Amino acid sequence: MPPLQKTSNLAWNILFLCWLTATIATLGSLFFSEVMMFPPCIMCWYQRICMYPLVIIFFVALFPLDTKVVKYAQPFVFIGLFFAIYQNLLYYKILPESAQPCSQGVSCTSDYINWFGFLTIQMLSLIAFSIILILLLFFKRKAI
Amino acid sequence: MQKQKIIFISLFVLVIAYFGGSYLYKNWYTQNLDFMAKENTSVFIRPHSPIYGDANAKNYIIDFFDPACETCKAFHPFVESIMKKHPGKFKLVLRYAPFHTDSYYVVQMLEAAKFQGKYDETLNVLFKYQNRWASHHSPNISLIWAFLPEAGLDVEKLRDDMKKPEIDAIIKQDITDGKTLGVTKTPQFFVNGKPLIKFGYKELQELIESEL
Repeated sequence: MPPLQKTSNLAWNILFLCWLTATIATLGSLFFSEVMMFPPCIMCWYQRICMYPLVIIFFVALFPLDTKVVKYAQPFVFIGLFFAIYQNLLYYKILPESAQPCSQGVSCTSDYINWFGFLTIQMLSLIAFSIILILLLFFKRKAI
Repeated sequence: MQKQKIIFISLFVLVIAYFGGSYLYKNWYTQNLDFMAKENTSVFIRPHSPIYGDANAKNYIIDFFDPACETCKAFHPFVESIMKKHPGKFKLVLRYAPFHTDSYYVVQMLEAAKFQGKYDETLNVLFKYQNRWASHHSPNISLIWAFLPEAGLDVEKLRDDMKKPEIDAIIKQDITDGKTLGVTKTPQFFVNGKPLIKFGYKELQELIESEL
Protein backbone atom coordinates (compact mmCIF):
# COMPACT_ATOMS: atom_id res chain seq x y z
CA MET A 1 0.00 0.00 0.00
CA PRO A 2 1.38 3.41 -0.92
CA PRO A 3 1.94 6.03 1.77
CA LEU A 4 -1.20 7.93 2.72
CA GLN A 5 0.10 11.34 1.71
CA LYS A 6 0.90 10.17 -1.80
CA THR A 7 -2.51 8.51 -2.27
CA SER A 8 -4.37 11.59 -1.17
CA ASN A 9 -2.27 13.76 -3.43
CA LEU A 10 -3.13 11.61 -6.41
CA ALA A 11 -6.80 11.59 -5.38
CA TRP A 12 -6.74 15.35 -5.07
CA ASN A 13 -5.27 15.68 -8.53
CA ILE A 14 -7.91 13.42 -10.04
CA LEU A 15 -10.67 15.37 -8.36
CA PHE A 16 -9.09 18.59 -9.55
CA LEU A 17 -9.25 17.27 -13.13
CA CYS A 18 -12.93 16.46 -12.57
CA TRP A 19 -13.52 20.00 -11.44
CA LEU A 20 -11.54 21.38 -14.37
CA THR A 21 -13.57 19.33 -16.88
CA ALA A 22 -16.88 20.39 -15.35
CA THR A 23 -15.81 24.03 -15.28
CA ILE A 24 -14.67 24.02 -18.90
CA ALA A 25 -17.92 22.33 -19.94
CA THR A 26 -19.95 24.88 -17.99
CA LEU A 27 -18.15 27.91 -19.37
CA GLY A 28 -18.17 26.39 -22.85
CA SER A 29 -21.91 25.82 -22.84
CA LEU A 30 -22.47 29.34 -21.55
CA PHE A 31 -20.23 30.65 -24.30
CA PHE A 32 -22.31 28.89 -26.94
CA SER A 33 -25.62 30.20 -25.61
CA GLU A 34 -24.72 33.64 -24.22
CA VAL A 35 -21.95 34.80 -26.53
CA MET A 36 -22.57 32.96 -29.78
CA MET A 37 -26.32 33.13 -29.11
CA PHE A 38 -27.12 29.54 -30.03
CA PRO A 39 -30.49 28.79 -28.43
CA PRO A 40 -30.10 25.65 -26.29
CA CYS A 41 -32.47 22.75 -26.94
CA ILE A 42 -34.28 21.00 -24.12
CA MET A 43 -31.79 18.11 -23.98
CA CYS A 44 -29.00 20.61 -23.53
CA TRP A 45 -30.85 22.03 -20.54
CA TYR A 46 -31.19 18.60 -18.89
CA GLN A 47 -27.46 18.06 -19.31
CA ARG A 48 -26.68 21.54 -17.99
CA ILE A 49 -28.77 20.82 -14.90
CA CYS A 50 -26.43 17.89 -14.22
CA MET A 51 -23.16 19.55 -15.23
CA TYR A 52 -23.36 22.94 -13.48
CA PRO A 53 -23.76 21.64 -9.90
CA LEU A 54 -20.67 19.44 -10.40
CA VAL A 55 -18.49 22.55 -10.55
CA ILE A 56 -19.60 23.48 -7.03
CA ILE A 57 -19.65 19.92 -5.65
CA PHE A 58 -16.10 19.17 -6.83
CA PHE A 59 -14.85 22.54 -5.66
CA VAL A 60 -16.21 22.05 -2.14
CA ALA A 61 -14.76 18.54 -1.99
CA LEU A 62 -11.28 19.79 -2.86
CA PHE A 63 -10.83 21.84 0.36
CA PRO A 64 -10.15 19.78 2.30
CA LEU A 65 -10.20 16.66 0.19
CA ASP A 66 -13.44 14.76 0.83
CA THR A 67 -13.53 11.26 -0.62
CA LYS A 68 -17.28 10.98 -0.01
CA VAL A 69 -17.74 13.33 -2.96
CA VAL A 70 -18.23 10.33 -5.28
CA LYS A 71 -21.53 9.54 -3.58
CA TYR A 72 -22.91 13.02 -4.29
CA ALA A 73 -21.39 13.59 -7.70
CA GLN A 74 -22.21 10.21 -9.24
CA PRO A 75 -26.00 10.69 -9.61
CA PHE A 76 -25.44 13.90 -11.56
CA VAL A 77 -22.83 12.25 -13.77
CA PHE A 78 -25.05 9.25 -14.51
CA ILE A 79 -28.15 11.31 -15.29
CA GLY A 80 -26.16 13.73 -17.44
CA LEU A 81 -24.44 10.87 -19.23
CA PHE A 82 -27.79 9.22 -19.88
CA PHE A 83 -29.12 12.32 -21.63
CA ALA A 84 -25.85 12.83 -23.50
CA ILE A 85 -25.90 9.27 -24.84
CA TYR A 86 -29.57 9.54 -25.71
CA GLN A 87 -29.07 12.79 -27.60
CA ASN A 88 -26.11 11.41 -29.52
CA LEU A 89 -28.13 8.34 -30.49
CA LEU A 90 -30.75 10.72 -31.87
CA TYR A 91 -28.11 12.75 -33.62
CA TYR A 92 -26.60 9.73 -35.35
CA LYS A 93 -30.11 8.49 -36.16
CA ILE A 94 -29.61 5.25 -34.26
CA LEU A 95 -32.83 6.12 -32.46
CA PRO A 96 -35.63 7.34 -34.72
CA GLU A 97 -36.24 11.08 -34.79
CA SER A 98 -39.91 10.65 -34.08
CA ALA A 99 -39.12 9.24 -30.67
CA GLN A 100 -37.44 12.41 -29.51
CA PRO A 101 -39.30 14.38 -26.86
CA CYS A 102 -38.00 17.75 -28.02
CA SER A 103 -39.98 18.51 -31.15
CA GLN A 104 -40.94 21.99 -29.96
CA GLY A 105 -38.54 24.88 -30.10
CA VAL A 106 -34.98 24.11 -31.12
CA SER A 107 -34.23 20.73 -32.59
CA CYS A 108 -31.86 18.64 -30.51
CA THR A 109 -30.19 17.24 -33.58
CA SER A 110 -29.21 20.52 -35.19
CA ASP A 111 -25.59 21.22 -36.12
CA TYR A 112 -24.45 24.47 -34.57
CA ILE A 113 -20.82 23.51 -34.78
CA ASN A 114 -19.12 20.60 -36.45
CA TRP A 115 -15.40 20.64 -35.87
CA PHE A 116 -13.23 18.02 -37.62
CA GLY A 117 -16.40 16.36 -38.92
CA PHE A 118 -17.50 14.81 -35.63
CA LEU A 119 -17.12 17.31 -32.80
CA THR A 120 -20.62 18.67 -32.33
CA ILE A 121 -21.99 20.27 -29.16
CA GLN A 122 -23.82 17.01 -28.46
CA MET A 123 -20.53 15.11 -28.73
CA LEU A 124 -18.67 17.63 -26.52
CA SER A 125 -21.19 17.03 -23.77
CA LEU A 126 -20.87 13.26 -24.08
CA ILE A 127 -17.08 13.53 -23.94
CA ALA A 128 -17.19 15.77 -20.86
CA PHE A 129 -19.53 13.47 -18.91
CA SER A 130 -17.49 10.41 -19.95
CA ILE A 131 -14.21 11.99 -18.81
CA ILE A 132 -15.73 12.84 -15.44
CA LEU A 133 -17.14 9.33 -15.02
CA ILE A 134 -13.83 7.67 -15.86
CA LEU A 135 -11.95 10.00 -13.51
CA LEU A 136 -14.45 9.30 -10.74
CA LEU A 137 -14.06 5.53 -11.17
CA PHE A 138 -10.32 5.99 -11.01
CA PHE A 139 -10.72 8.20 -7.95
CA LYS A 140 -12.82 5.53 -6.23
CA ARG A 141 -10.12 2.90 -6.73
CA LYS A 142 -7.32 5.15 -5.52
CA ALA A 143 -8.94 7.02 -2.68
CA ILE A 144 -11.51 4.79 -1.06
CA MET B 1 -1.01 26.71 -0.12
CA GLN B 2 -0.01 24.97 -3.33
CA LYS B 3 -3.43 23.44 -4.09
CA GLN B 4 -5.34 26.65 -3.64
CA LYS B 5 -2.90 28.32 -5.99
CA ILE B 6 -3.59 25.72 -8.68
CA ILE B 7 -7.34 26.20 -8.37
CA PHE B 8 -7.24 29.96 -8.45
CA ILE B 9 -4.80 30.11 -11.32
CA SER B 10 -6.93 27.73 -13.39
CA LEU B 11 -10.12 29.60 -12.49
CA PHE B 12 -8.43 32.85 -13.41
CA VAL B 13 -7.22 31.43 -16.74
CA LEU B 14 -10.65 30.01 -17.58
CA VAL B 15 -12.50 33.21 -16.75
CA ILE B 16 -10.02 35.25 -18.77
CA ALA B 17 -10.41 32.80 -21.66
CA TYR B 18 -14.20 33.13 -21.44
CA PHE B 19 -14.30 36.90 -21.47
CA GLY B 20 -11.39 37.26 -23.86
CA GLY B 21 -13.13 34.77 -26.13
CA SER B 22 -16.39 36.72 -26.00
CA TYR B 23 -14.58 39.91 -26.83
CA LEU B 24 -12.78 38.34 -29.78
CA TYR B 25 -15.92 36.60 -31.02
CA LYS B 26 -18.00 39.78 -30.93
CA ASN B 27 -15.25 41.67 -32.71
CA TRP B 28 -15.08 39.00 -35.38
CA TYR B 29 -18.88 38.95 -35.68
CA THR B 30 -19.11 42.73 -36.07
CA GLN B 31 -16.30 42.84 -38.62
CA ASN B 32 -17.83 40.01 -40.55
CA LEU B 33 -21.17 41.83 -40.72
CA ASP B 34 -19.45 45.04 -41.65
CA PHE B 35 -17.83 43.18 -44.50
CA MET B 36 -21.21 41.78 -45.58
CA ALA B 37 -22.77 45.23 -45.36
CA LYS B 38 -20.16 46.54 -47.80
CA GLU B 39 -19.83 43.59 -50.15
CA ASN B 40 -23.22 42.02 -50.00
CA THR B 41 -25.82 44.65 -49.14
CA SER B 42 -28.67 42.48 -50.34
CA VAL B 43 -28.47 40.27 -47.26
CA PHE B 44 -29.72 43.27 -45.32
CA ILE B 45 -32.11 44.80 -47.85
CA ARG B 46 -34.08 42.88 -50.45
CA PRO B 47 -36.11 44.52 -53.21
CA HIS B 48 -39.29 43.28 -51.54
CA SER B 49 -38.45 44.74 -48.13
CA PRO B 50 -40.78 47.50 -46.91
CA ILE B 51 -38.81 50.73 -46.41
CA TYR B 52 -39.88 53.73 -44.36
CA GLY B 53 -38.45 57.21 -44.09
CA ASP B 54 -36.87 59.75 -46.36
CA ALA B 55 -35.98 58.40 -49.79
CA ASN B 56 -32.71 60.38 -49.75
CA ALA B 57 -31.62 59.14 -46.36
CA LYS B 58 -28.25 57.39 -46.47
CA ASN B 59 -28.40 55.43 -43.23
CA TYR B 60 -30.30 52.19 -42.87
CA ILE B 61 -31.90 50.77 -39.76
CA ILE B 62 -32.69 47.12 -40.44
CA ASP B 63 -35.27 45.59 -38.13
CA PHE B 64 -35.82 41.82 -38.11
CA PHE B 65 -39.16 41.38 -36.37
CA ASP B 66 -41.97 38.98 -35.62
CA PRO B 67 -45.52 40.42 -35.66
CA ALA B 68 -46.38 38.32 -32.59
CA CYS B 69 -43.41 39.57 -30.55
CA GLU B 70 -44.25 42.06 -27.82
CA THR B 71 -40.83 43.67 -27.70
CA CYS B 72 -40.99 44.24 -31.47
CA LYS B 73 -44.25 46.07 -31.01
CA ALA B 74 -42.77 48.17 -28.21
CA PHE B 75 -39.70 49.10 -30.26
CA HIS B 76 -41.59 50.08 -33.39
CA PRO B 77 -42.78 53.54 -32.20
CA PHE B 78 -39.44 54.06 -30.45
CA VAL B 79 -37.51 53.65 -33.70
CA GLU B 80 -39.98 55.92 -35.47
CA SER B 81 -39.49 58.60 -32.81
CA ILE B 82 -35.71 58.48 -33.24
CA MET B 83 -36.15 58.80 -37.01
CA LYS B 84 -38.39 61.82 -36.51
CA LYS B 85 -35.72 63.43 -34.34
CA HIS B 86 -33.28 63.26 -37.26
CA PRO B 87 -35.38 63.96 -40.33
CA GLY B 88 -33.92 62.88 -43.66
CA LYS B 89 -31.15 60.82 -42.08
CA PHE B 90 -32.54 57.32 -41.69
CA LYS B 91 -34.49 54.69 -43.54
CA LEU B 92 -36.16 51.85 -41.70
CA VAL B 93 -36.11 48.47 -43.43
CA LEU B 94 -38.48 45.81 -42.11
CA ARG B 95 -37.44 42.17 -42.32
CA TYR B 96 -39.30 39.13 -41.07
CA ALA B 97 -38.11 36.68 -38.45
CA PRO B 98 -41.25 34.65 -37.75
CA PHE B 99 -39.95 32.63 -34.80
CA HIS B 100 -43.23 32.09 -32.97
CA THR B 101 -45.38 29.17 -34.07
CA ASP B 102 -47.87 30.36 -36.67
CA SER B 103 -46.22 33.75 -37.04
CA TYR B 104 -45.57 32.67 -40.59
CA TYR B 105 -49.28 33.06 -41.39
CA VAL B 106 -49.37 36.51 -39.82
CA VAL B 107 -46.49 37.56 -42.05
CA GLN B 108 -48.38 36.12 -45.01
CA MET B 109 -51.33 38.36 -44.10
CA LEU B 110 -49.04 41.38 -43.90
CA GLU B 111 -47.49 40.68 -47.28
CA ALA B 112 -50.90 40.00 -48.81
CA ALA B 113 -52.06 43.40 -47.55
CA LYS B 114 -49.42 44.92 -49.84
CA PHE B 115 -51.58 43.88 -52.83
CA GLN B 116 -54.29 46.15 -51.50
CA GLY B 117 -51.86 48.94 -50.62
CA LYS B 118 -52.67 48.64 -46.94
CA TYR B 119 -49.37 47.44 -45.51
CA ASP B 120 -48.91 50.17 -42.88
CA GLU B 121 -52.52 50.03 -41.81
CA THR B 122 -52.37 46.27 -41.39
CA LEU B 123 -49.13 46.41 -39.43
CA ASN B 124 -50.62 49.04 -37.13
CA VAL B 125 -53.80 47.02 -36.57
CA LEU B 126 -51.76 43.87 -35.89
CA PHE B 127 -49.65 45.66 -33.31
CA LYS B 128 -52.64 47.50 -31.83
CA TYR B 129 -54.52 44.30 -31.02
CA GLN B 130 -51.48 42.10 -30.49
CA ASN B 131 -52.32 41.43 -26.84
CA ARG B 132 -55.70 40.10 -27.96
CA TRP B 133 -54.58 37.70 -30.69
CA ALA B 134 -51.10 36.78 -29.45
CA SER B 135 -51.31 36.56 -25.69
CA HIS B 136 -48.52 34.52 -24.09
CA HIS B 137 -46.50 34.09 -27.25
CA SER B 138 -48.90 31.87 -29.14
CA PRO B 139 -50.60 33.64 -32.02
CA ASN B 140 -54.20 32.69 -32.53
CA ILE B 141 -54.69 33.25 -36.24
CA SER B 142 -58.45 32.83 -36.18
CA LEU B 143 -58.80 35.87 -33.92
CA ILE B 144 -56.95 38.17 -36.34
CA TRP B 145 -59.55 38.11 -39.08
CA ALA B 146 -61.99 40.10 -36.96
CA PHE B 147 -59.51 42.97 -36.59
CA LEU B 148 -58.46 43.21 -40.23
CA PRO B 149 -61.42 45.21 -41.61
CA GLU B 150 -60.26 48.08 -39.38
CA ALA B 151 -57.24 48.35 -41.68
CA GLY B 152 -59.61 48.80 -44.61
CA LEU B 153 -58.83 45.37 -46.02
CA ASP B 154 -60.94 43.18 -48.25
CA VAL B 155 -60.56 40.06 -46.13
CA GLU B 156 -61.72 37.64 -48.82
CA LYS B 157 -59.15 38.95 -51.28
CA LEU B 158 -56.52 38.80 -48.56
CA ARG B 159 -57.26 35.11 -47.95
CA ASP B 160 -56.62 34.40 -51.63
CA ASP B 161 -53.53 36.60 -51.91
CA MET B 162 -51.96 34.97 -48.86
CA LYS B 163 -51.53 31.73 -50.78
CA LYS B 164 -49.45 33.32 -53.52
CA PRO B 165 -46.09 31.59 -53.99
CA GLU B 166 -44.24 34.90 -54.26
CA ILE B 167 -45.19 35.66 -50.65
CA ASP B 168 -43.78 32.33 -49.61
CA ALA B 169 -40.57 33.14 -51.45
CA ILE B 170 -40.30 36.54 -49.72
CA ILE B 171 -40.68 35.06 -46.24
CA LYS B 172 -38.28 32.21 -46.94
CA GLN B 173 -35.71 34.70 -48.22
CA ASP B 174 -36.02 36.75 -45.04
CA ILE B 175 -35.63 33.65 -42.88
CA THR B 176 -32.53 32.64 -44.85
CA ASP B 177 -31.00 36.12 -44.54
CA GLY B 178 -31.80 36.12 -40.84
CA LYS B 179 -29.85 32.89 -40.47
CA THR B 180 -26.92 34.30 -42.43
CA LEU B 181 -26.84 37.31 -40.14
CA GLY B 182 -27.18 35.27 -36.96
CA VAL B 183 -30.61 36.57 -35.99
CA THR B 184 -31.86 34.37 -33.16
CA LYS B 185 -34.06 36.76 -31.19
CA THR B 186 -36.50 39.45 -32.17
CA PRO B 187 -36.32 42.30 -32.66
CA GLN B 188 -32.79 42.28 -33.98
CA PHE B 189 -31.49 45.59 -35.26
CA PHE B 190 -28.65 46.41 -37.62
CA VAL B 191 -27.69 49.99 -38.34
CA ASN B 192 -25.73 50.23 -41.60
CA GLY B 193 -24.76 46.61 -41.04
CA LYS B 194 -23.64 47.10 -37.45
CA PRO B 195 -25.54 44.81 -35.09
CA LEU B 196 -27.11 45.92 -31.84
CA ILE B 197 -25.11 43.68 -29.52
CA LYS B 198 -26.32 44.71 -26.07
CA PHE B 199 -30.09 44.94 -26.29
CA GLY B 200 -31.94 47.95 -24.92
CA TYR B 201 -33.60 51.27 -25.77
CA LYS B 202 -30.62 53.36 -24.76
CA GLU B 203 -28.19 51.06 -26.58
CA LEU B 204 -30.23 51.17 -29.78
CA GLN B 205 -30.47 54.95 -29.67
CA GLU B 206 -26.70 55.21 -29.16
CA LEU B 207 -26.02 52.83 -32.04
CA ILE B 208 -28.35 54.76 -34.36
CA GLU B 209 -26.97 58.15 -33.39
CA SER B 210 -23.37 56.96 -33.70
CA GLU B 211 -23.99 56.59 -37.43
CA LEU B 212 -24.96 60.23 -37.89
